[in-house]
Amino acid sequence: MSYVVEGSSGPWEVVIGLEVHAQVVSRAKLFSGAATAFGAEPNTQVSFVDAAFPGMLPVINGVCVAQAVRTGLGLDAQINLVSRFDRKNYFYADLPAGYQISQYQHPIVGAGSVEIELADGSTRRIGVTRLHLEQDAGKSLHDQHPGKSYIDLNRAGVALMEIVSEPDLRSPEEAGAYLRKLRTILRYLGTCDGNMEEGSLRADVNVSVRRHGEPFRTRCEVKNVNSVRYVMQAIEAEAKRQVAVWEDGGTVGQETRLYDVARGATRAMRSKEDAHDYRYFPDPDLLPLVLDAAWVAELGRHLPELPDAKRARFMRDYGLPAYDSAVLVAEQATADFYETVARGRDARLAANWVIGDLFAAFNRTGRGIEDSPVAAAALGELLDLMADGTINGRIAKDVFELMVETGEAPGAIVESRGLRQVTDTGAIDAAIAAVLTANADKLAEYRSGKDKLFGFFVGQTIKSMAGKANPALVNEALKRALG
Amino acid sequence: MSLDPATVRRIGKLARIRLAEPEVVALGAELNGILGWIEQLNEVDIDGIEPLAGAAQMALRWRDDVVTEGGMRDALLANAPDREGDFFAVPKVVE
Repeated sequence: MSYVVEGSSGPWEVVIGLEVHAQVVSRAKLFSGAATAFGAEPNTQVSFVDAAFPGMLPVINGVCVAQAVRTGLGLDAQINLVSRFDRKNYFYADLPAGYQISQYQHPIVGAGSVEIELADGSTRRIGVTRLHLEQDAGKSLHDQHPGKSYIDLNRAGVALMEIVSEPDLRSPEEAGAYLRKLRTILRYLGTCDGNMEEGSLRADVNVSVRRHGEPFRTRCEVKNVNSVRYVMQAIEAEAKRQVAVWEDGGTVGQETRLYDVARGATRAMRSKEDAHDYRYFPDPDLLPLVLDAAWVAELGRHLPELPDAKRARFMRDYGLPAYDSAVLVAEQATADFYETVARGRDARLAANWVIGDLFAAFNRTGRGIEDSPVAAAALGELLDLMADGTINGRIAKDVFELMVETGEAPGAIVESRGLRQVTDTGAIDAAIAAVLTANADKLAEYRSGKDKLFGFFVGQTIKSMAGKANPALVNEALKRALG
Repeated sequence: MSLDPATVRRIGKLARIRLAEPEVVALGAELNGILGWIEQLNEVDIDGIEPLAGAAQMALRWRDDVVTEGGMRDALLANAPDREGDFFAVPKVVE
């Protein structure tokens, strides 16, 4: 079912393209030796190049180049062995040089693609137009002083990858799935930490609407949206606004807008009225960036297993459903955790425990896979205790909760709290006899044909044995007793 | 190619240069002179010649990913027209 905005005159299709700015993982900046670490004291990670002092010359950081190439390879994209840097000119207080060094006509990475998975289980391949390297700007603080803005240049000059998608996305859901998938790929590659709260990943969203089958209409760009949820909300709000404009007989003009989270609406950015005339020209301080094909191939050989390949392997080797596989590979750390638990064990059972019980424990404790309250080896040990019959599945849930609470090993918990499964048929028979005596009325009903009560007796028996009875043995013994 | 006064005003605005009307005329003439001079280059036949990025036939130099600079806030801020605490200060940018 395709997504449409219902206008008063009928349905409208939404056309979306994303420009994602991903901060490159590197120690030093793109063209200087200043540090990139987040959260440093203001203006302490700034070189004279970053502050655009006269006479300073940029020298490119080789690791930033490698990160861009690795990202390109991870997006199945064309790597351009010759690319160039251009100056993108605009005035803003946090851009000391008056221009951003970027790549305009000759980006380092050309066309690629990202496969997205949707809630209904379908997949779509979304085109990536290009990826280029550029400098980040500094940070302006507008709320510190009534008449002044404060400028911190720590971020100025940090390497960014701008990843531009084709206008292939057709709904907020698809845009959200694309952004999440791109983030996962970047994190697997280790080329961007994907931390949206710290601004390591930000999106500009291009939105237009049209009648089905029409060519594209004019688009608006919603700048600097910094969460998946806001991207989805901004698209919905902007698409509705444009539909209303068209249906009122108006015209949508190309402009830059901001998403106002509090109002749930977009508004025009006045300062960007002239922003589309950047007067790009080749940066005379920088020669063309020429890559060695063998070096690029070498980077390709050392890429990690990427999420799509890992998901396919989980489905094939562990027999997991597509959905479970997608959930497990969304974060590399989760996939690693799962594989530690699953290795040599019932892989589907392991998936259920990780996705079900472990994730529930994360929600409850506010912790995550990086500081999991239960180690992968310990969860594996718990599965072993079930597999060899030491405990039953119900007790395993209790043991797991105790593991989360106390951090103790499952074996120790079972021993210290006497949770071993009772397989002594004599004890089970005795418990059954007691249950049948105490429930003589139910027994009579059962005998007069109410078969469903069998489950009731099983439950009562196990309960009377503090949950520790082996359910299969209780079933057998009950059948004998009632038979 | 010739620049009209509106284009000259727009170039001035993009460059953040306030131009009085007589200056628009004078600058327009100067810019047109420069453009005319550049246009002479179009007379050169460049068929089959690769674009040249620079006179020196050398490759772009790469630096290692090592932190070599930083921690010089006072030196950076010393030349700033205005500072507040650890920040550069500029007239408020309203958005």
